[in-house]
Amino acid sequence: MIHNAGARHLYVHLPFCVHRCGYCDFVTVVGREAQHGAYVDALLSELARESGSLAGAVDTVFIGGGTPTFTDPDALRRVLAALPSAAEVTVEANPETVTEELAVLLREGGVNRISLGAQTFAPRLLDVLERVAGPDDVRRAVHTLRDAFFDNISLDLIYGIPGQEPSDLDTDLAEALALAPEHLSLYELEAKPGTRFTHAWGDELVRQSEAMEGYFERVVETLTDAGYRWYETANFCLSGDQAAGRDLRAHHNLGYWQGRDYLGVGIGAVSTLGEQRRRNGASIGRYINALGGSAGGKEPPRELEQLDPLTKAQERLMLGLRLDEPLALGGLEHAIDRGGLERMVAGGLAVVHTECDAGDEQSLSLTNRGRFLGGGVTAELLA
Amino acid sequence: MHQSRIRNFSIIAHIDHGKSTLADRILELTDTVADRDMREQLLDSMDLERERGITIKAQAVRVAWKGHQLNLIDTPGHVDFTYEVSRSLQACEGAVLVVDAAQGIEAQTLANAYLAIENNLEIVPVVNKIDLPSADPDGAASEVTQLLGGDAADVVRISAKTGINVDQVLDAIVERIAAPAGDPDAPARALIFDSSYDQYRGVIAFIRVVDGSFETGAPLRAMALGTQFDAEELGFMSPSRVPVQALVAGEVGYVITGLKDVSALRVGDTLTTRRGAAAKEPLPGYKEVKPMVFAGLFPSDSDEYPELRDALERLKLNDAALFYEPETSQALGFGFRCGFLGLLHMEIVRERLEREFDLDLIVTAPNVAYRVLERNGEWREVHNPSEMPAELEEVEEPYIRASIIVPKEYVGTIMELNNERRGTFDHLEYLSPERVHLIYELPLAEVVLDYYDQLKSRTRGYASFDYDLSGFQSGKLVRVDVLVGGEPVDALSLIIHREFAYDRGRLLVEKLREEIPRQMFDVPIQAAIGSRVIARETVKARRKDVLAKCYGGDISRKRKLLEKQKKGKKRMKQVGGVEVPQEAFLAVLNLDGDKKK
Repeated sequence: MIHNAGARHLYVHLPFCVHRCGYCDFVTVVGREAQHGAYVDALLSELARESGSLAGAVDTVFIGGGTPTFTDPDALRRVLAALPSAAEVTVEANPETVTEELAVLLREGGVNRISLGAQTFAPRLLDVLERVAGPDDVRRAVHTLRDAFFDNISLDLIYGIPGQEPSDLDTDLAEALALAPEHLSLYELEAKPGTRFTHAWGDELVRQSEAMEGYFERVVETLTDAGYRWYETANFCLSGDQAAGRDLRAHHNLGYWQGRDYLGVGIGAVSTLGEQRRRNGASIGRYINALGGSAGGKEPPRELEQLDPLTKAQERLMLGLRLDEPLALGGLEHAIDRGGLERMVAGGLAVVHTECDAGDEQSLSLTNRGRFLGGGVTAELLA
Repeated sequence: MHQSRIRNFSIIAHIDHGKSTLADRILELTDTVADRDMREQLLDSMDLERERGITIKAQAVRVAWKGHQLNLIDTPGHVDFTYEVSRSLQACEGAVLVVDAAQGIEAQTLANAYLAIENNLEIVPVVNKIDLPSADPDGAASEVTQLLGGDAADVVRISAKTGINVDQVLDAIVERIAAPAGDPDAPARALIFDSSYDQYRGVIAFIRVVDGSFETGAPLRAMALGTQFDAEELGFMSPSRVPVQALVAGEVGYVITGLKDVSALRVGDTLTTRRGAAAKEPLPGYKEVKPMVFAGLFPSDSDEYPELRDALERLKLNDAALFYEPETSQALGFGFRCGFLGLLHMEIVRERLEREFDLDLIVTAPNVAYRVLERNGEWREVHNPSEMPAELEEVEEPYIRASIIVPKEYVGTIMELNNERRGTFDHLEYLSPERVHLIYELPLAEVVLDYYDQLKSRTRGYASFDYDLSGFQSGKLVRVDVLVGGEPVDALSLIIHREFAYDRGRLLVEKLREEIPRQMFDVPIQAAIGSRVIARETVKARRKDVLAKCYGGDISRKRKLLEKQKKGKKRMKQVGGVEVPQEAFLAVLNLDGDKKK
């Protein structure tokens, strides 16, 4: 089993932000500039404690937030220096934080992929999202990163923003394509319960949901027409000639979608190691107290979840069907509702492939229409 | 006590005219209940009764007044329970007729008064709520004397709420109502006018001893059903049980039977003794009540079927009129086809199942009992539209004689409503210069859905309504089936007059299109008579149903979301691969309400 050999994917959480956007439900910390150093001390202490869960060679590292690039530069430098080397090292960045100095710091720290939170190019929609950066900040950030020789840049865009017209979406896609990113993530805005945003805009989102039904189709059509591969429900990358032979999928995230083990460090970070999933507590104070200070080196507060084989199989199905490559069904039979599967196949939403040369091993993929309805299809397929 | 000092009476009234409040005051005034124990409407012991302000199960309470034993036999106040009312009245020699001083006579006042007259009861008329600012005691009293004859001066004017003149009601009962006339030396006979079920003691019968006497421990027999048992305990209610050694001719009380099956003892049956001389003839009037309104009851969660079955069994213990038999529906799974005396009865059963037994139910649209003459020349009764044969000679449906009282300006409105509902005008009479009593013949089927609501809303609540079943009549009825995704949904079939089939069918499929959520495929919805489609709509397929993003941090949460989605699907009923939410099965109930919008 893979997990016996240790996780080959490492997630590092840097929670600090200059402002908490209304729609955000990630574990973030606003202000507390004085704590950046102490938090990083604790983080590095956790990483050292947990290094036994990592494989000898790590494939990917992903530094997410928060706004990792908002972290105090010295503290950020110390994090990068402590990371194991890996083929893909990604940092999430907000456009307004990207400067020449930062680009150099990241480059020298071994980072080779940047995921930039652009969200939209329409100023009034950026206001709705409470984003700090303007459209020009996004373009400038991309150019700054290109100048620092970053050749793997991903842009995050959000669609379904209250007040967003179809023409706004077209403009966003055109603006993003003009920057020729290697990778694009397109997320429908999720109004999560309990966020300030849902409180303010929930009713409006319900009202416009029908009108926005075609937005997802529009996104997929535009990006695939531009030569991007729709390799995951919400993710697109350059492929073929345009990729010059590189596999530009987000390999760190592929680890999640392919059901591999990963270690997460930092507040709110989640790890899945074998049959165990654990989530660190969200309190920065308690995290620092446990791992730093004089008491030093205690395990931070965590929630544990035991993953039984059925749950594991259900997750494989749920995650695997988000990808454009067929999902091998070996070992997942008990998690699948045969009747549901037959209905989905009959309805042209799913296809079962039988590999004759691989001992009649069966695999499952969704058709294009099936992928648009992926959530519903998966619910049908789950036993 | 000697028979000459016993008075047995009921209080009869239209709903909300103050019957239960008067009963409460009587208990207080006779020191039957200490003030501190007094709860509002003590006689209505079920929560539901209190809430709805109606009495469902009759009870009998003994009180003492000026050297007399008065037995107050409470009656259910609603049309659905006419049979129970008539049994209660048969146990009495007199009735106190309560009329609201502000409302005057209403439909149930009439129905109950006629029942009392049929049973040869002395009626003591009472005008209640004279303390209300809107009260018109003279007007109400004159309506009463017009109905019953007699002198307006004999109408007792009271406020049950404040207690004004309630003592005069008690005096009038003693003075005007006859003492019981039975023969104390004849073989024992008692009328069972109500029963209830006690978890520990079994069936408890409430009886009026007509002749002879009953002793504790005596072997007894119910004459119509032949059930035998021993009188484990005899007693009377005051208002809780007070055991006595014997109940004698003229008295009202209870018998604890120890019987574990409530259907072994029926209201209306006659009890006699198996010791010494047994009565030869039962008391007159026993009949079996027949349910006329039927609906399917299904658990929302099919795992709850055993709980539903147990709950119905337990309800049946206290409600002999409730009928049920297992039913299997393609769309709704396993459940029960239940028969009720009427709509209120259905509503009460449903609420009790949901409230007392914590069940989540789907109740199909109610229908009436039909009589079908099949091609082979045999008649049979059909309780479920989906059982209606496609090939038949003739269908008969039950009719009612409806009695409606309204202020005269609404007569046109009522006639219009009754014409829409296939009603036939019989006659009308003026109760007073302002108020009119209309008599109509109506198919019961036209009344079971929303007639009462329509009546109330079109007359701003002024109309009062009561009915009697008047027999079966042949009608041009057809069965309309609904197909979802090409498959018939048995639970949505309905039987309807040919003339209304197209309109109904079209409204129904429109309503279903709104209720059925968009699915992963287009879903056609059709209404059909036989193989002929009369209306069609389509629920267009969804174009998108995905979780926007899913990364390492939220896999557990997204998995739980999917599990929830999966569970939500399980709660919906699958019809031909289509998820039909429970609300859709109720769509047929609301068609007319929507039509007006």
